Amino acid sequence: MASMAAWGGGSAPYAVPSKKLGMWLFIISDALTFSALLVAYSYSRIANPAWPTPFSFSPAIVLSSIMTFCLLSSSLTMVMAVAAAHRHDRGGAVKWLLATMFFGLAFVVLHANEWMHLIHEGVTPFKNPWGAPLFGATFFTLTGLHMTHVATGVIYLGVIAWGFGRGRFESMDVEVSGLYWHFVDLVWMFIFPLVYLMSIKTG
Amino acid sequence: MSEQKGSKIYIVVWFWLLLLTAVEVFLGYKQLPVGTMLTLLLGLSLVKAALIIAYFMHLRFEQRSLTLTLMPPLVICIVLMIVFSFPDGIRLLNMRGGG
Repeated sequence: MASMAAWGGGSAPYAVPSKKLGMWLFIISDALTFSALLVAYSYSRIANPAWPTPFSFSPAIVLSSIMTFCLLSSSLTMVMAVAAAHRHDRGGAVKWLLATMFFGLAFVVLHANEWMHLIHEGVTPFKNPWGAPLFGATFFTLTGLHMTHVATGVIYLGVIAWGFGRGRFESMDVEVSGLYWHFVDLVWMFIFPLVYLMSIKTG
Repeated sequence: MSEQKGSKIYIVVWFWLLLLTAVEVFLGYKQLPVGTMLTLLLGLSLVKAALIIAYFMHLRFEQRSLTLTLMPPLVICIVLMIVFSFPDGIRLLNMRGGG
């Protein structure tokens, strides 16, 4: 073990299972996808003087604040699920996972509701009643991709809850699904201020 | 394992995340210059992201080598995207005669 002194990592330098490392690598690449979309949104916004600021207090800001609350709380229930899974408390882990899925579903329903409001006001990806036509394209792409991630996450957690409840998955699988879920929450922490709070309707 | 202690820190982090979100919504209704507002909101969001990554995603308690492998490339790529695109956005704005 002479080599251990120079290279303390041994054969597992990150000391995580390959599943966890794989999820982290996916998260980094997905983070870059979302960064690119956020940068594209910001670029269009800076470059267009007539960028619309359509979000009034009710319903848009109230709804999106509640959606933020749902995602943050779902992250809390998710860490509880992981803690329960590591305690080998199968029932508890499944219960917390179901709570996480409930908050995730609430987010999707509220967000779809918010989309319908905008669509009724005449926003499409190619035009809107207020100004720069790119607003719709960037808004729907960015929030749509995020909503897809939340919906996928709810299905993913459902599979994990089912499998873990039946003893087919180990606690590490719950933890890895948690990493994905927290990442989806994290992305919303940037979409919410940049898309909603920077575009509050004034006057 | 100190499971109870573990749960407590997650609730504290969750509370801080909610508090910072409330501050962000409050700032949204302040009539601040766009640059100041953007800086404040992005700053608060970075703090929230750091809290989520460090505690919820548990990265603070992993090997330092994992953090050092994952985070610097991500930050460098995002900074490059911003550095290359924002000045060009401002140039376009000026060409279009906007503020």
